[in-house]
This record gives sequence, C-alpha cells and structure tokens, in this order.
Amino acid sequence: MRFRHTPYSGWRLLREALADQQGWTPAWEDRDPSNKYDIVIIGGGGHGLATAYYLARSHGIENVAVLEKGWIGGGNTGRNTTIIRSNYFHPQSAALYDLSVSLYESLSKELNYNIMFSQRGMMEIAHDQPELEAMARAANAMRINGVDIEVIDREEALRREPLLDPSPRSRWPICGALLQRRAGTARHDAVAWGYARAAASRGVHIIQGCEVLGFRQDHRRVIAVQTNRGEVRAERFGLAVAGNSSVLAGLAGFELPLQSYTLQAMVSEPVKPCLNMVSLSTSTGSYISQSDKGELVMGGNLDRSPSYAQRGGFRITQSVIAPLLEMFPCFSTLKLMRQWGGTIDASPDNSPIIGPAPLDGLYLNCGWGTGGFKAIPAGGTMLAHLLATGRHHPLSEPFDYRRFARGELVDEGHAGVAH
Amino acid sequence: MQILPCPYCGPRSDAEFHYVGDADKPRPSRDCSDEQWVQYLLMRRNARGAARELWVHRSGCGRWLVLVRDTVNHEVQAAEPMNR
Repeated sequence: MRFRHTPYSGWRLLREALADQQGWTPAWEDRDPSNKYDIVIIGGGGHGLATAYYLARSHGIENVAVLEKGWIGGGNTGRNTTIIRSNYFHPQSAALYDLSVSLYESLSKELNYNIMFSQRGMMEIAHDQPELEAMARAANAMRINGVDIEVIDREEALRREPLLDPSPRSRWPICGALLQRRAGTARHDAVAWGYARAAASRGVHIIQGCEVLGFRQDHRRVIAVQTNRGEVRAERFGLAVAGNSSVLAGLAGFELPLQSYTLQAMVSEPVKPCLNMVSLSTSTGSYISQSDKGELVMGGNLDRSPSYAQRGGFRITQSVIAPLLEMFPCFSTLKLMRQWGGTIDASPDNSPIIGPAPLDGLYLNCGWGTGGFKAIPAGGTMLAHLLATGRHHPLSEPFDYRRFARGELVDEGHAGVAH
Repeated sequence: MQILPCPYCGPRSDAEFHYVGDADKPRPSRDCSDEQWVQYLLMRRNARGAARELWVHRSGCGRWLVLVRDTVNHEVQAAEPMNR
C-alpha cells in the first residue's frame, strides 16, 4: 500500500489558508518492518533516503526499506553546516561532486519540496601571495575538469564581503580568493525530509528506531539483517551510515580503511542579514556563512582523537572561531549560541568509498568524511545504481574500496578543502 | 581539552599527543601481497567503545605509547609503553 502525501503548491497553500489548514497530510509515514524486501538500505540519513528515492524513480524498484536506528536525518545530515560546492581537484571527484551540485539545483522542483538551495557563492580566501598562486593552480585544474571556478583579487573579495577586515596588518589578511558562484547552502532537514517524502510516496518503507545488530550470511552472501525489531531479508543491502560504517562492517566481519572523528559545528546568536556568501579560510580551515534564521554558522577542523562521542572539545571550538574573528572583527561581540558535533568517517585519501563490499549482496556508500552533505544527491544516485544493477555507475568506479590495494588513490587531502 | 597519561611523563595535556593507529598490529613481512600490506597500512578496527590505540607523545618525550581508551566517552583506562 502506498502512502499519498499532499502535493505542495501556491494554490494548495491558499486553499488550506481558506480551509483552516485541515487538509494537510503527514509528509511521510513511519512504517513497521516487513520481513522481506527487494532492497534494504541501512541508514536513514540523506544518502540512504536519496538512494531509496533514486531506486524507486530511476530504476523502478519500489519494494525498498530504509532502516534508521534513530530518526531520519538525525545524524550527520542534521549536524553539518549545509554547504554545497564542487571545487575539487581531481577529475574523478569533480565529476562526482559537480553532478551533486547539478542535482541540487533542480531538487526542490523534482521533490516538490523546498530545500532552500541558495547559490550565494563561496569564497576560499587566500591570506598571502604564495597561497593565492597555489589556488590559481588548483583553479586551473578545476576549470579543466569543467567546474565553474575563478580567481578573484583582494578588492573583489572585499567588495563581495564588506565585513572582511581590509587591514593588511590583520593576523589573516585578505589577499584574494577562489570563487565558485554556483556553491551555496541548503536547508539540511529539508533535504532529508524531501527525499523521505518523495520516496515514501513511491512505496518505500521508512522505518525509524530500527537498529541493525547483525548480518545473516550464507556462503559469504548477506541474506538478512538482524535488527532490534526482528530479522529483515532482502536481495541486496546498501550501507549508508557515515561515521558508523566501521561498526556495521565489523558486525559483517570485515574492516574498512576508515577512522571516525568528531567534526564540530556551531552557530552564533541570530542577527540581521550581514554575510552575502560562504567564506572559507584555506590556511586555518575555518569557514562561515549565515543561515536564513540569521545565525552565523561556523565550522573548521576535526577534533584530534578518534571518537564516536558526537560532541567536540573546546580547543577546536576556539581554533575554529579565532581566525574567523580576525577576518571579521565585528563578530567578536556576538554570543555563541549552540555548538555540536557529528561523527564523520575519514578515509585515507579524503575521497568516498562507493561500491561492492567484500561480501556479496552488500554495497557501500561511506568515507565521505567532512563533506557528505554536499554529495547526497550524487551518493544516492551511485548507490541506487549499484543496488539496482549490481554494477558500478561510471562515476563511482574510481571510488571502489579496492583502489587502496591497487594504489589508485584519489587524493583530495590538500588540493580540495575539507567540508 | 583532556589530560592524557603518558607512561613516561605522567599526566599531560592532550595537545602534546598525536594519534597514530590501532595498537598491536603486526607488521607483515617484506614479501607480503598488496592486500596484506593495505590491511596493515590502511585498514582500521575503528572500534566504537573500548579500543587499544597507538599514540605518540610528540610534543613531550617523543616516545610511543598504547592508550586503552573508550572512543564514546573518551575515558582512558590505561596507558602502557609500546611493545617492541
């Protein structure tokens, strides 16, 4: 039985306004697990929900379940700083992340759900001439890869973001920047809910509070998962659990080249619109943008010790904020309102792992590290293709886990920035 | 911020320490296969909860140590010299 939601439109808004808002239905339905599906996706974050949606829409496979141990979008999808960009160095990464930006551009219309994608642009700020020259080299590589990117000078950067400190005596002076005009931010909860709603309307079961506790295997083929709500069988299984990928891999009996760390994010008290774009300081790793609610959203480097705590320490909080206050001195009077952390899965080459697992019937989508949110539509497209066909999408081929043994790393450690 | 124990120096600030990888991982022989080498070099247990980790007291005595640490609440149960 399919769940039907109310389509969203201006006309519908008007009708409900005149009818006491009585006609709205829930966006999607929380289901109980059946014992058999064609495909089961473990992890109800953005990547898992997007996978379910593309399975139904692009491959016509609707007997699909998404198992989420908590609530949908409650992990990294709800904990990131919502930045979307594709300024990556290597052609393999550029193709993947640029597909993601393109899919984001049409996502609100496609899902009939406003994900509030605001392509306000992003500046990667260089603080000295050598850094700007290194950026120009990266920009050339990105342009060859077909990514819209340009180098702008100090005056242009200051014109675009007038609150930047223009003083050459600043601790982090503004020397120039790398500009991606198509980059921006989106509403993270809306991305999760938009995919969930569109998937559920095509027959996908979204099952919350359902934690996978083990894998049942037959001759190295996964045939079922044991959960706290009973056993669920399927033909194929997808794993999209970000920071918990190693934990699930451990339950299935293999290891991944991933290490889980805490990545913090934080917001100031809300203020009137004052920032035009996303600004990132490449030297320090700190970045800042303003949410639609007016909060300044900030993030930066990882906490230094492996962790599943989902909360970060003060040392990193301080190291994120300090350079931003040097660049934007007027923000020093603002209060920090909230600070939180998510568990990210760092891979050896800072590129994702997409492809078949060492066990038959199980497919991986993990290792996105600090940059998973921006990749949600692409990650979902890739994992859906793998689950539907059993084969790689051409764009996911370079990200198979077997690249490590072959030495074919896609090293985005320095050229691309984190987040 | 956290105070971590060094088996040589006693309690020190975590800023002095650097995480290296899984402890007790045997290095394969020189004629191992690519898969065995990757298993040693890149694969991680990445345990949730109790873990045995190799650290180096980089900005302190410079020596290597094993921390028995919980990766969820960050409690350190023990600090041992690295086995040679």
